[in-house]
Amino acid sequence: MTAVDHVDFDFNEGEIVSIVGESGSGKTTLSKMLLGLISVTDGQLYFQGKPRDISSRRKKQEYWKNIQPIFQDPFASYNIFHKIDSVLLDCLNMRGFRSASNAQKVDMMTEACSFVNLKYAELTNKYPFELSGGQMQRLMIARIFLLKPKILMADEPTSMIDACSRATILDMLLKLRDETKMTVIFITHDIGLAYYISDKVYIMEHGKFVESGKPDDVILRPTQDYTKRLISDVPKIYEPWDLDAI
Amino acid sequence: MGKVMLEVKNLKTKYVTRFHEDVFAVDGVSLKIEEGRSLGIAGESGCGKSTLALSLMGYYFAPLHYLSGDIIVDGVNIAGMKPDEVRRKVLGQEIAYIPQAAMNALNPTMKINDFVNDVMYAHGSKMKKSEIREMAEARFNELGLPPEVLDKHAVELSGGMKQRTVIAISTILSPKVLIADEPSSALDVSSQKLVIRMMRQLMQKGYIKSMIFITHELPLLYNVTDDIAVMYAGQFVEQGTANEMVFDPVHPYAKGLMGSILVPEAGTREVKLTAIPGTPPNLKHPPEGCRFADRCPYAVPTCRSLAPEMKTFSGNREYRCLFSVKKLREVYSDGTGRRSGEKPAGIDELIADQ
Ligand SMILES: Nc1ncnc2c1ncn2[C@@H]1O[C@H](COP(=O)(O)OP(=O)(O)O)[C@@H](O)[C@H]1O
Ligand SMILES: [Mg+2]
Repeated sequence: MTAVDHVDFDFNEGEIVSIVGESGSGKTTLSKMLLGLISVTDGQLYFQGKPRDISSRRKKQEYWKNIQPIFQDPFASYNIFHKIDSVLLDCLNMRGFRSASNAQKVDMMTEACSFVNLKYAELTNKYPFELSGGQMQRLMIARIFLLKPKILMADEPTSMIDACSRATILDMLLKLRDETKMTVIFITHDIGLAYYISDKVYIMEHGKFVESGKPDDVILRPTQDYTKRLISDVPKIYEPWDLDAI
Repeated sequence: MGKVMLEVKNLKTKYVTRFHEDVFAVDGVSLKIEEGRSLGIAGESGCGKSTLALSLMGYYFAPLHYLSGDIIVDGVNIAGMKPDEVRRKVLGQEIAYIPQAAMNALNPTMKINDFVNDVMYAHGSKMKKSEIREMAEARFNELGLPPEVLDKHAVELSGGMKQRTVIAISTILSPKVLIADEPSSALDVSSQKLVIRMMRQLMQKGYIKSMIFITHELPLLYNVTDDIAVMYAGQFVEQGTANEMVFDPVHPYAKGLMGSILVPEAGTREVKLTAIPGTPPNLKHPPEGCRFADRCPYAVPTCRSLAPEMKTFSGNREYRCLFSVKKLREVYSDGTGRRSGEKPAGIDELIADQ
């Protein structure tokens, strides 16, 4: 079965792009291909101008320094047997700070935590499951802060949380983007989020992009029925929401 | 003024944890809903919305405990009733409750029709099975559900269809109050829309006489309910019509919430999202003064020692803050305020009325 079928796109440095579609549209498959977790049967992925090469374990590791995911479910993305310090320490090790002094590492981890309004001192010795959902999500951003990837793949990073914490997290992601010029790819079903945050939006249906472009063009003036339906399915506050339009 | 279907006066309930600690999750909530109207409850997670929903049914079991206050359903106070009596007389026929995961509560080996029979006979119906069937088919039809669903097992239905079926069955006795706690949050947007449409039909056709709808998704509430209450740390901090609350919030917390709304509509992209720093307080030890003071950008020292009461303004609106409405509006007008789009017609007169 083809989950993702001949899609073409490019992402530039510092850009925020969203891939929007319903569950089953192939979004998550696409994100896994980009991450190199599943193979691409046909076509080519270029990274920094060169064909992506993840043929060996070492090359894969190298690639993963550059592209980092934030997954849908923060609880699922941590090893529950690892304390929070070690979650953050792993990030430093990945970036090549293995031989840095302990004090230096603690400084960096403290900085990362305070970037996302967490207190490092309160987190040490805790396990991820001792944190609230919101704290977990912020811890994920603290990881990104330490890893400083070129590309961040945010696979519905905000699905489980309320609008308020979503705003906080988006704030932090934008700040991080401004500082590091990373590219952020949002994989989401939230068309309101995509409209607000993106420089470019791709609408995905059955593994294909049906429409793409600037958010104002795609979302305020959609040309495809699928896009129109996605938009009509979500509640509005300025225009009436027609519940009978299916 | 319509007949009051549900009136709650200063309701207080708590959880007692395994370690014998008290969590004051509903700490003095009052509300009133008239026949034909609906109230939405918004707030971050952990503010006590789900606990309020549970508490309103008057049906308490550990770890949830009733402390004080009245729950008056169509003139009858159910607050002091024994669980057994509540189950027999209130649940289903006076108050129906739909939790978020309702659809997962359907026993997969039973047919939908069997659930309908169960509900009817549990409430002492004397109808024959064939009569119940006929009534259920008619009701399903009215609510846009194919009557064939009655012959299916829960496993044969999609998530959205299951949720709508649960809602249809839960309201089959035409309760006076429907309490729905995030009934569509676990569904994708197209199924969510169908659930919302069904809730609206239930109200319009009079199958429910009033509704409480809980969700943290404000655009949804705005489209579903007549009024909105914003809950923070176990209490309401502001109440008004959906229009007033979305376009003219007064309490700094309500203001912050409205500033976090994202909708795919013209004009919203240009206005910066507002984030409220921090998290809600731990309800084991609610703060002494204003519960929001720690996160409030406008808090003054008094806020941390003096707990504000609910105050009425502009007719039916209420808010809980030491500042006057006039003062708050002044503060908001200097640019720190909401993401403003176009205001709906009439809101300016509302403000001028004050
Ligand atoms: N079974 C429980 N035992 C103890 N505390 C609980 C229990 N369920 C919820 N709480 C606490 O009660 C408070 C309110 O929770 P809840 O009503 O679920 O809020 P909301 O629905 O607004 O997210 C929270 O502080 C939560 O941790
Ligand atoms: Mg809840």
